[in-house]
Amino acid sequence: MQDFSQEFMSAIGLILSGDSDLWEIVLLSLRVSLLAVVIAALIGMPLGAALAVARFPGRRAVVILLNALMGLPPVVVGLLVYLCLSRSGPLGVLQLLYTPTAMIIAQVVLVTPIITALTRQTIETLDAEYAEQLRSLGISRLASVPTLLWDARLALLTAFLAGFGRAIAEVGAVIMVGGNINHVTRVMTTTIALETSKGNLALALALGAILIFIAVTVTAVVSLLAPQERASEMRHA
Amino acid sequence: MTGIPFRAAFVGLAVALGLSGAAKAADEFIVVQSTTSTANSGLLDAILPQFTAKTGIAVRVVAVGTGQAIKNAENGDGDVLLVHAKPAEEKFVADGWGVQRFDVMYNDFVLIGPESDPAGVKGGKDVVAAMKAVADKGAPFASRGDDSGTHKAELKFWKEAGVDVKAASGGWYRETGSGMGATLNAAAGMGAYVLSDRATWISFGNKAGMEIVVEGDQRLFNQYGVILVNPEKRPSVKVEAGQAFVDWLIGAEGQAAIAGFQLEGQQLFFPNAK
Repeated sequence: MQDFSQEFMSAIGLILSGDSDLWEIVLLSLRVSLLAVVIAALIGMPLGAALAVARFPGRRAVVILLNALMGLPPVVVGLLVYLCLSRSGPLGVLQLLYTPTAMIIAQVVLVTPIITALTRQTIETLDAEYAEQLRSLGISRLASVPTLLWDARLALLTAFLAGFGRAIAEVGAVIMVGGNINHVTRVMTTTIALETSKGNLALALALGAILIFIAVTVTAVVSLLAPQERASEMRHA
Repeated sequence: MTGIPFRAAFVGLAVALGLSGAAKAADEFIVVQSTTSTANSGLLDAILPQFTAKTGIAVRVVAVGTGQAIKNAENGDGDVLLVHAKPAEEKFVADGWGVQRFDVMYNDFVLIGPESDPAGVKGGKDVVAAMKAVADKGAPFASRGDDSGTHKAELKFWKEAGVDVKAASGGWYRETGSGMGATLNAAAGMGAYVLSDRATWISFGNKAGMEIVVEGDQRLFNQYGVILVNPEKRPSVKVEAGQAFVDWLIGAEGQAAIAGFQLEGQQLFFPNAK
């Protein structure tokens, strides 16, 4: 184990000494996962809010299904997206397989249910609080969606970050639809899987430490935007 | 007003990330469906830049098991197939998926085992007898179990040894269903015997307590072949670029590049295109 910790430290050193390949991989990871989460949020937040306030038969079943979809297995999503994007699949003509776009699509599929479900939960609680007030102002249920979303924006940050965490840490789907092609679709998680399979365990772990560091940094940066908001609100008030 | 920095931050981020990716425009490239042994050993990283420098064609390698590589190629998700399972390759061509198969190079398989060698097969020259001894002893054996070229070779040896591994699966015979590296990691963890191609074994970083126990048997010969995917079946195949790659690989320059690739002072692949 002595050996291993030494190897680990030297791997960290190697990585941080300005390996341009690594930065390319880190940037691609961030680009793919952040874009996927932004797209998933644009879809999932309005959808989740609408589901929170709407009343229709079968709503409970939809909510249960949505909550279950939070646990979609990445490898199954990868397989489904592969089958769609493969040249012999229905969307093959788009030539998206083995591109970062394919990876974004797979992560959007994975993350959208998470953001939708968490938004539904958040907005439902808020709606219970404000429903009477909103209705007395003559605002219909669906028309109150933007107001509720805006009011819950800080709480929804958590939904966004949960989605990001899922996306950046996921390997099963992106390795299948991205192909882990060097300089094209190789991201942090697929690199870690590759180095592990080469038996370079210390290097793989060092890359893992960096991935965690990046996830923490992104979470911190996004979270730090929130208190500033609150402070400026107070100033305006 | 209060929300602007918040929203702008996201939009700015998305734009910045989007642009940074768009900058890398698509030069001409082909997709090669290949196996983990050629990619993970570093061979392709070493020789492909020479091809790209000469032709301007970038090569995107998808490294999976031979079985999956063939399936992906049949789906049209690759222009060229570079794998090591001759009967499966010949079937691929016979079924019309490939244009023609060419020998490229060979290396060999080696039987890896724990240094303690519970089955007592160390130093043998007969891989089938050694594997029979492993089975008789019930010593753990880690199998790829993933329809890869190495897995197909291993199953052939079991058949020759008259061992029914299906019956032993889950007992001493353990199918990892994973790539060569993952299977070597598992074998190291279990103190199991395992069949590996020599290239992956030499370049493998986690040899923990394992060593080559049988090598040099004629039957351990491991031939690699290259095939252009048939454009008549899959019109999306980039015929010219793909053919250029096949021609280069089996031509003098490609063959010399393969011969020149060494790891830890050892040549891993031996060119033998005709």
